Amino acid sequence: MIGAATWGGIAAIVTTATAGDVLQARAMKEVGDLGVLRTSHGVIEVARRILTSPWFMSGLFFMALAFFSLLVTLSWSDVSIVGPASASLTFIANALAARLFLRERVDHRRGLAALFVACGVALLAH
Amino acid sequence: MTIRKYLILAAVAVFASCGDVCLARGMRDFGAVTTANWHQLFGVVLNPWVLTGICLLLLFFGSYLTALSWTDLTYVLPATALSYVLMALLGELFLNEHVTVSRWVGIALITVGVGFVASGPAVTPAVPPHCERYEAEIPVGSGARSDA
Repeated sequence: MIGAATWGGIAAIVTTATAGDVLQARAMKEVGDLGVLRTSHGVIEVARRILTSPWFMSGLFFMALAFFSLLVTLSWSDVSIVGPASASLTFIANALAARLFLRERVDHRRGLAALFVACGVALLAH
Repeated sequence: MTIRKYLILAAVAVFASCGDVCLARGMRDFGAVTTANWHQLFGVVLNPWVLTGICLLLLFFGSYLTALSWTDLTYVLPATALSYVLMALLGELFLNEHVTVSRWVGIALITVGVGFVASGPAVTPAVPPHCERYEAEIPVGSGARSDA
Protein backbone atom coordinates (compact mmCIF):
# COMPACT_ATOMS: atom_id res chain seq x y z
CA MET A 1 0.00 0.00 0.00
CA ILE A 2 1.41 3.35 -1.06
CA GLY A 3 0.80 6.09 1.51
CA ALA A 4 -0.41 9.62 0.85
CA ALA A 5 3.07 11.04 1.54
CA THR A 6 4.62 8.75 -1.10
CA TRP A 7 1.96 9.71 -3.66
CA GLY A 8 2.63 13.37 -2.83
CA GLY A 9 6.36 12.77 -3.33
CA ILE A 10 5.76 10.99 -6.64
CA ALA A 11 3.54 13.89 -7.76
CA ALA A 12 6.31 16.34 -6.84
CA ILE A 13 8.91 14.31 -8.78
CA VAL A 14 6.68 14.05 -11.86
CA THR A 15 5.77 17.77 -11.81
CA THR A 16 9.30 19.06 -11.33
CA ALA A 17 10.87 16.54 -13.75
CA THR A 18 8.32 17.42 -16.44
CA ALA A 19 8.89 21.15 -15.88
CA GLY A 20 12.64 20.57 -16.18
CA ASP A 21 12.30 18.57 -19.42
CA VAL A 22 9.91 21.04 -21.04
CA LEU A 23 12.03 24.09 -20.08
CA GLN A 24 15.19 22.45 -21.40
CA ALA A 25 13.46 21.45 -24.63
CA ARG A 26 12.28 25.08 -24.97
CA ALA A 27 15.84 26.31 -24.35
CA MET A 28 17.38 24.01 -26.95
CA LYS A 29 14.76 24.96 -29.56
CA GLU A 30 15.72 28.60 -28.96
CA VAL A 31 19.48 27.92 -29.12
CA GLY A 32 19.12 25.97 -32.39
CA ASP A 33 20.73 22.89 -33.90
CA LEU A 34 23.91 22.35 -31.86
CA GLY A 35 25.67 20.50 -34.71
CA VAL A 36 25.18 23.39 -37.14
CA LEU A 37 25.95 26.00 -34.47
CA ARG A 38 29.18 24.26 -33.43
CA THR A 39 30.41 24.17 -37.03
CA SER A 40 29.62 27.83 -37.69
CA HIS A 41 30.42 29.45 -34.31
CA GLY A 42 32.55 26.98 -32.33
CA VAL A 43 32.08 25.08 -29.07
CA ILE A 44 32.59 28.09 -26.77
CA GLU A 45 29.82 30.07 -28.42
CA VAL A 46 27.51 27.03 -28.18
CA ALA A 47 28.26 26.71 -24.44
CA ARG A 48 27.74 30.46 -23.93
CA ARG A 49 24.37 30.40 -25.67
CA ILE A 50 23.18 27.41 -23.63
CA LEU A 51 24.43 28.65 -20.26
CA THR A 52 23.02 32.15 -20.72
CA SER A 53 19.57 30.87 -21.67
CA PRO A 54 17.07 31.62 -18.86
CA TRP A 55 14.98 28.65 -20.05
CA PHE A 56 17.97 26.32 -19.65
CA MET A 57 18.83 27.62 -16.16
CA SER A 58 15.17 27.33 -15.09
CA GLY A 59 15.16 23.78 -16.46
CA LEU A 60 18.28 22.95 -14.45
CA PHE A 61 16.63 24.38 -11.32
CA PHE A 62 13.56 22.17 -11.78
CA MET A 63 15.76 19.14 -12.54
CA ALA A 64 17.59 19.74 -9.24
CA LEU A 65 14.21 20.00 -7.49
CA ALA A 66 13.17 16.70 -9.11
CA PHE A 67 16.37 15.05 -7.87
CA PHE A 68 15.85 16.24 -4.29
CA SER A 69 12.15 15.27 -4.42
CA LEU A 70 13.31 11.81 -5.50
CA LEU A 71 15.78 11.58 -2.63
CA VAL A 72 13.16 12.64 -0.07
CA THR A 73 10.50 10.29 -1.48
CA LEU A 74 13.00 7.41 -1.48
CA SER A 75 13.38 7.91 2.28
CA TRP A 76 9.62 7.25 2.63
CA SER A 77 9.18 4.34 0.23
CA ASP A 78 10.97 1.61 -1.75
CA VAL A 79 12.93 2.47 -4.87
CA SER A 80 11.08 -0.34 -6.69
CA ILE A 81 7.84 1.65 -6.25
CA VAL A 82 9.05 5.26 -6.50
CA GLY A 83 11.42 4.80 -9.47
CA PRO A 84 9.11 3.13 -12.01
CA ALA A 85 5.98 5.02 -10.84
CA SER A 86 7.63 8.41 -11.23
CA ALA A 87 9.41 7.50 -14.48
CA SER A 88 6.29 6.10 -16.16
CA LEU A 89 4.04 8.97 -15.03
CA THR A 90 6.68 11.46 -16.20
CA PHE A 91 6.42 10.01 -19.74
CA ILE A 92 2.66 10.68 -19.80
CA ALA A 93 3.02 14.12 -18.17
CA ASN A 94 5.73 15.08 -20.69
CA ALA A 95 3.48 14.16 -23.62
CA LEU A 96 0.70 16.38 -22.23
CA ALA A 97 3.05 19.23 -21.28
CA ALA A 98 4.81 19.16 -24.67
CA ARG A 99 1.44 19.52 -26.39
CA LEU A 100 0.32 22.31 -24.04
CA PHE A 101 3.49 24.36 -23.61
CA LEU A 102 5.73 23.46 -26.58
CA ARG A 103 2.83 23.15 -29.04
CA GLU A 104 4.18 19.82 -30.30
CA ARG A 105 1.84 17.65 -32.34
CA VAL A 106 1.29 14.64 -30.07
CA ASP A 107 -0.55 12.42 -32.54
CA HIS A 108 -1.89 8.91 -31.91
CA ARG A 109 1.51 7.39 -32.70
CA ARG A 110 3.36 9.48 -30.11
CA GLY A 111 0.53 9.13 -27.56
CA LEU A 112 0.60 5.34 -27.92
CA ALA A 113 4.40 5.31 -27.74
CA ALA A 114 4.34 7.27 -24.46
CA LEU A 115 1.67 4.89 -23.08
CA PHE A 116 3.56 1.72 -24.10
CA VAL A 117 6.86 3.04 -22.68
CA ALA A 118 5.14 4.14 -19.44
CA CYS A 119 3.54 0.67 -18.99
CA GLY A 120 6.85 -1.00 -19.86
CA VAL A 121 8.79 1.05 -17.33
CA ALA A 122 6.17 0.27 -14.66
CA LEU A 123 6.52 -3.48 -15.41
CA LEU A 124 10.32 -3.30 -15.11
CA ALA A 125 9.79 -2.87 -11.34
CA HIS A 126 8.45 -6.41 -10.90
CA MET B 1 16.93 11.92 -40.05
CA THR B 2 20.59 11.43 -40.83
CA ILE B 3 22.81 8.62 -39.53
CA ARG B 4 24.55 11.15 -37.25
CA LYS B 5 21.24 12.01 -35.59
CA TYR B 6 20.33 8.35 -35.07
CA LEU B 7 23.79 7.89 -33.52
CA ILE B 8 23.16 10.78 -31.12
CA LEU B 9 19.83 9.24 -30.05
CA ALA B 10 21.63 5.89 -29.55
CA ALA B 11 24.31 7.72 -27.54
CA VAL B 12 21.61 9.15 -25.23
CA ALA B 13 20.33 5.63 -24.46
CA VAL B 14 23.79 4.02 -24.14
CA PHE B 15 25.37 6.74 -21.98
CA ALA B 16 22.31 6.91 -19.67
CA SER B 17 22.17 3.15 -19.08
CA CYS B 18 25.95 2.63 -18.76
CA GLY B 19 26.20 5.66 -16.44
CA ASP B 20 23.45 4.36 -14.16
CA VAL B 21 24.95 0.85 -14.10
CA CYS B 22 28.39 2.27 -13.18
CA LEU B 23 26.83 4.37 -10.40
CA ALA B 24 24.96 1.32 -9.09
CA ARG B 25 28.17 -0.73 -9.14
CA GLY B 26 30.04 2.00 -7.27
CA MET B 27 27.32 2.39 -4.66
CA ARG B 28 27.49 -1.36 -3.99
CA ASP B 29 31.08 -0.81 -2.86
CA PHE B 30 29.87 1.98 -0.55
CA GLY B 31 26.99 0.00 0.94
CA ALA B 32 23.69 1.31 2.31
CA VAL B 33 23.51 5.03 3.11
CA THR B 34 22.48 5.58 6.74
CA THR B 35 22.38 8.53 9.14
CA ALA B 36 25.72 7.27 10.50
CA ASN B 37 27.65 7.32 7.22
CA TRP B 38 25.89 9.88 5.01
CA HIS B 39 28.77 12.37 5.35
CA GLN B 40 31.09 9.81 3.68
CA LEU B 41 28.98 10.17 0.54
CA PHE B 42 31.15 13.11 -0.54
CA GLY B 43 34.14 10.77 -0.77
CA VAL B 44 32.25 8.31 -2.94
CA VAL B 45 33.04 10.40 -6.07
CA LEU B 46 36.62 9.10 -5.76
CA ASN B 47 35.35 5.58 -6.41
CA PRO B 48 36.38 4.74 -10.02
CA TRP B 49 32.97 3.26 -10.83
CA VAL B 50 31.14 6.33 -9.52
CA LEU B 51 33.59 8.64 -11.32
CA THR B 52 33.08 6.74 -14.59
CA GLY B 53 29.30 6.86 -14.01
CA ILE B 54 29.37 10.64 -13.53
CA CYS B 55 31.48 11.11 -16.70
CA LEU B 56 29.07 8.91 -18.69
CA LEU B 57 26.05 10.82 -17.33
CA LEU B 58 27.68 14.11 -18.36
CA LEU B 59 28.08 12.65 -21.87
CA PHE B 60 24.41 11.57 -21.68
CA PHE B 61 23.37 15.13 -20.77
CA GLY B 62 25.38 16.58 -23.67
CA SER B 63 23.89 14.19 -26.22
CA TYR B 64 20.39 14.67 -24.72
CA LEU B 65 20.66 18.47 -25.16
CA THR B 66 22.00 17.99 -28.69
CA ALA B 67 19.03 15.77 -29.56
CA LEU B 68 16.58 18.29 -28.07
CA SER B 69 18.09 21.04 -30.26
CA TRP B 70 16.69 19.44 -33.44
CA THR B 71 13.99 17.03 -32.27
CA ASP B 72 10.67 17.23 -30.43
CA LEU B 73 10.66 16.31 -26.73
CA THR B 74 7.86 13.80 -27.42
CA TYR B 75 10.18 12.09 -29.94
CA VAL B 76 13.39 12.11 -27.85
CA LEU B 77 11.95 10.64 -24.65
CA PRO B 78 10.28 7.50 -26.08
CA ALA B 79 13.01 7.04 -28.73
CA THR B 80 15.69 6.92 -26.05
CA ALA B 81 13.65 4.72 -23.68
CA LEU B 82 15.75 1.77 -24.90
CA SER B 83 18.08 2.86 -22.09
CA TYR B 84 15.68 1.10 -19.67
CA VAL B 85 16.05 -2.09 -21.70
CA LEU B 86 19.84 -1.76 -21.80
CA MET B 87 19.87 -1.06 -18.05
CA ALA B 88 17.95 -4.29 -17.33
CA LEU B 89 20.27 -6.32 -19.59
CA LEU B 90 23.45 -4.74 -18.18
CA GLY B 91 22.10 -5.28 -14.65
CA GLU B 92 21.69 -9.00 -15.39
CA LEU B 93 25.08 -9.28 -17.12
CA PHE B 94 27.30 -7.25 -14.80
CA LEU B 95 25.44 -6.89 -11.49
CA ASN B 96 23.93 -10.40 -11.39
CA GLU B 97 20.40 -8.99 -11.12
CA HIS B 98 17.55 -11.32 -12.12
CA VAL B 99 15.34 -10.27 -15.04
CA THR B 100 11.86 -11.72 -14.34
CA VAL B 101 9.14 -12.54 -16.88
CA SER B 102 7.25 -9.30 -16.13
CA ARG B 103 10.46 -7.37 -16.77
CA TRP B 104 10.80 -9.06 -20.17
CA VAL B 105 7.18 -8.04 -20.89
CA GLY B 106 8.08 -4.49 -19.83
CA ILE B 107 11.10 -4.58 -22.15
CA ALA B 108 8.87 -5.76 -25.02
CA LEU B 109 6.37 -2.93 -24.39
CA ILE B 110 9.15 -0.34 -24.35
CA THR B 111 10.56 -1.73 -27.59
CA VAL B 112 7.13 -1.52 -29.25
CA GLY B 113 6.75 2.07 -27.96
CA VAL B 114 10.15 3.01 -29.36
CA GLY B 115 9.21 1.39 -32.68
CA PHE B 116 6.00 3.46 -32.83
CA VAL B 117 7.71 6.80 -32.31
CA ALA B 118 10.85 6.03 -34.33
CA SER B 119 8.78 5.28 -37.43
CA GLY B 120 7.27 8.78 -37.32
CA PRO B 121 8.70 12.24 -38.00
CA ALA B 122 11.29 13.57 -35.53
CA VAL B 123 10.01 17.14 -35.77
CA THR B 124 6.44 18.28 -36.27
CA PRO B 125 5.21 21.79 -37.04
CA ALA B 126 4.05 23.53 -33.87
CA VAL B 127 0.32 23.63 -33.29
CA PRO B 128 -0.70 27.30 -33.24
CA PRO B 129 -2.57 28.43 -30.12
CA HIS B 130 -6.39 28.39 -30.34
CA CYS B 131 -6.31 26.06 -33.35
CA GLU B 132 -7.79 22.80 -32.11
CA ARG B 133 -8.38 21.29 -35.57
CA TYR B 134 -4.88 22.07 -36.87
CA GLU B 135 -3.76 18.44 -36.94
CA ALA B 136 -6.63 17.41 -39.20
CA GLU B 137 -5.74 20.18 -41.63
CA ILE B 138 -2.22 18.89 -42.39
CA PRO B 139 -2.34 16.05 -44.91
CA VAL B 140 0.43 13.48 -44.48
CA GLY B 141 3.05 13.81 -47.21
CA SER B 142 2.02 17.36 -48.07
CA GLY B 143 5.44 18.69 -47.19
CA ALA B 144 4.07 20.50 -44.15
CA ARG B 145 5.54 17.85 -41.88
CA SER B 146 9.28 18.26 -41.73
CA ASP B 147 11.53 15.35 -40.90
CA ALA B 148 14.87 16.63 -39.62
